[in-house]
Amino acid sequence: MSCCAPGAEMALEFANAASAVPSSDEIKLASCALDGGCRQTDLSVPSVHCAGCIQAIEAALAKLENIDSARVNLSTKRVSVRWRGEQVPPFFAALSRLGYQAHLFDPEIQEKDRTLSELIRAVAVAGFAAGNIMLLSVSVWSGAEGATRDLFHWLSALIAIPALAFAGGIYFRSAANALRHGRMNMDVPIVVGVSLAYAMSLYETINHGEHAYFDASVSLLFFLLIGRTLDHVMRERARMAVNGLSRLASRGSLVLRDDGKREYVPVAELTPGLRLLIVAGERIPVDGDILSGNSDLDCSIVSGESAPKAVGAGAHVQAGTLNLTGPLTMLATAAAKDSFLAEMVRLMEAAEGGRSRYRRIADRVSALYAPVVHLAAFVTFLGWMVASGDWHRALTIAIAVLIITCPCALGLAVPIVQVVAARRLFEAGVMVKDGSAMERLAAIDTAVFDKTGTLTLGRPKLVNASSIDPTMLAIAADMAVHSHHPFSRAIASYAGYSGQPSVESVTEHPGFGVEAITEGNTWRLGRRGWAGWKARTGGEGKLGGYGGTVLSKNGNIVACFAFEDALRQDAKATIRELKDAGVSVDMLSGDTANACGEVAKSLGIESFVPALLPSGKVEWIGSLTGAGHKVLMVGDGLNDTPALRAAHVSMAPATAADIGRQAADFVFLRESLLAVPLAMDVSRRAGRLIRQNIAIAIVYNAFAVPIAVLGHVTPLIAAIAMSASSLIVIANAMRLQATAKTAPEAVPARRRTDLVGAAHP
Amino acid sequence: MTTLVYLIPVALFLGALGLSGFLWALRSGQYEDLDGAAERILIEPDGRDSEGRPSN
Repeated sequence: MSCCAPGAEMALEFANAASAVPSSDEIKLASCALDGGCRQTDLSVPSVHCAGCIQAIEAALAKLENIDSARVNLSTKRVSVRWRGEQVPPFFAALSRLGYQAHLFDPEIQEKDRTLSELIRAVAVAGFAAGNIMLLSVSVWSGAEGATRDLFHWLSALIAIPALAFAGGIYFRSAANALRHGRMNMDVPIVVGVSLAYAMSLYETINHGEHAYFDASVSLLFFLLIGRTLDHVMRERARMAVNGLSRLASRGSLVLRDDGKREYVPVAELTPGLRLLIVAGERIPVDGDILSGNSDLDCSIVSGESAPKAVGAGAHVQAGTLNLTGPLTMLATAAAKDSFLAEMVRLMEAAEGGRSRYRRIADRVSALYAPVVHLAAFVTFLGWMVASGDWHRALTIAIAVLIITCPCALGLAVPIVQVVAARRLFEAGVMVKDGSAMERLAAIDTAVFDKTGTLTLGRPKLVNASSIDPTMLAIAADMAVHSHHPFSRAIASYAGYSGQPSVESVTEHPGFGVEAITEGNTWRLGRRGWAGWKARTGGEGKLGGYGGTVLSKNGNIVACFAFEDALRQDAKATIRELKDAGVSVDMLSGDTANACGEVAKSLGIESFVPALLPSGKVEWIGSLTGAGHKVLMVGDGLNDTPALRAAHVSMAPATAADIGRQAADFVFLRESLLAVPLAMDVSRRAGRLIRQNIAIAIVYNAFAVPIAVLGHVTPLIAAIAMSASSLIVIANAMRLQATAKTAPEAVPARRRTDLVGAAHP
Repeated sequence: MTTLVYLIPVALFLGALGLSGFLWALRSGQYEDLDGAAERILIEPDGRDSEGRPSN
């Protein structure tokens, strides 16, 4: 697909190197049955982004046998395929031939978003009602009198009923819910104002009165609903983008029965004592012991160790680790609900952090605002009663006070800023799960980073390439192409020099390395003790060693390879920016002190704690919180998940474990770590704008309330004042977008050609 | 006054027509892929090649 320029805004900037094509059993498990023997499978294809992509994918899939229909949704970057028959059509192969990476998508997440359609319908109804009532009101203001005015008021009252019932229902439910729990939110004064305005207007209409506020109550709901809907749409987009990321946990596993039959069993039904077959590229579904086979395991997402671990028969393996090189047969020793992953979920639930304790700015303001306003209206009523003794007049003026102070601007002040800020972050590849996350991020003074997978990529990089004979490096690279081991991939990226003897008959020895034969010579690339069998040095199996990988010719070592965990792009700049912004930076890791020390030194982090267990990270954050700090946790592994929940606010990269992505408040999709200071900067600026907006709303009230208390407010003045204050607040929020444009754009993230190149040949 | 008797119902009816049209479009899924709808206009309908001639 040459039409698709690289760098589509939503395309993942780096693909999960080890993601394997799901087996047909897994596809079947993840599909849902429709009527008439048809099944639907949803695929997430992040690199779809133009008409050419849509046509190529739909045409290629439609050509496959047994496929009823294939439909691309460009907004959500998904393809839903309907197919029939026992055999799963090879749609993954068809897509990868076209150059698209796809991954399975759980059908249950794809449920229709009821809240959104309810909100949009409410906006439509309120907009219809507000428009019509406003037209009738304009006629009244222009001088309609007598029977005509009464007719217009009655019509307005009728049109307002569906709007109040349908659109107002959202606010009535929310306010009732808050009051039932003894709390106060912004919806309570809104509901009081709207319903009193309607009741008084109805009374006036019945008594042929002059002033009716139907337009005020309905247009108020309309404005507020727009803010609420935009807020919801923004969060929904972020949630969808996060859900569209590839799933890391396995859905099921191939079970080897005693009678030799193989059967695909969902993870939830795996029980201890079953024998499981794990092929290279799959994740271990449950805790267990290895019965046979040799391989290397990538534990980075589970424990934070960056170096792959060689395992053989008898070794204990944890759920969630990735099998890299060879097939394994393992004995399950725990069910999924007792495995490491479930343990993390329990720890996470125990660690209820800042999120649940935090009260949103809007709620805190309304807790002060509502009593003041209601008291002011009550005092106005009493005052006019004493002054004039006319209870009807006193009540009318008191209700006018409530209407003019009804927090239209205040109700928009917070969501509209957060919508603009979330959009700004969305464009930079940072997904915000909810608005309160931005308020919490603006307040942090300490940032805690995980090492493997967050500050680093969890992917080794060859560091001594310049000191290796280019011919040897080229041979090693040619051999390394045949292996999925992270070290091999690092070496393979140096392929492309010509002139070396071409390698043939390459075999991989899982757990040891790669062997190739050229012109009678035997080349081996792998562990020192295995490859250099003529020069035994005993270096094999040394802990924490990256230096154990060599290339040998007929048993003699000809090149040594040294690796280092590659730092995430812009990690150093990120740490510096955070420190400049007055945030202290800590690093917590499950890796060895040695590996942590190197990373900390190269990034300029003074304080780090190595070899932490998941509970240790939670305790560390707990003690920081106890000392009065507001902590941001940035982490990706399963072992970080409880800490993500415990922190005041949390961020995770797109490559994080599934539950980590769900637990984090922010998820950033690009490789660059600069997303962290960017999110903080935008959140702080949004916080400033929110405070400004609230100040504007209060100043507006300071002018409007005296006018209302003195009894000079007519429906016309109320309509103008409310619209004007809303517009000012929205215009102020838009300044965030304007300043963002003038600020230097984030450096376009570099794409790893060795990993993503295949997606755009 | 007499003109209002039919003008107002006509206005409300037209407004309601627009509203129900919008709700129908929403329910029938026309708002589910706005980006896709914008791009699909560039795709040739089935059974025609790039010059618009019927193929086969």
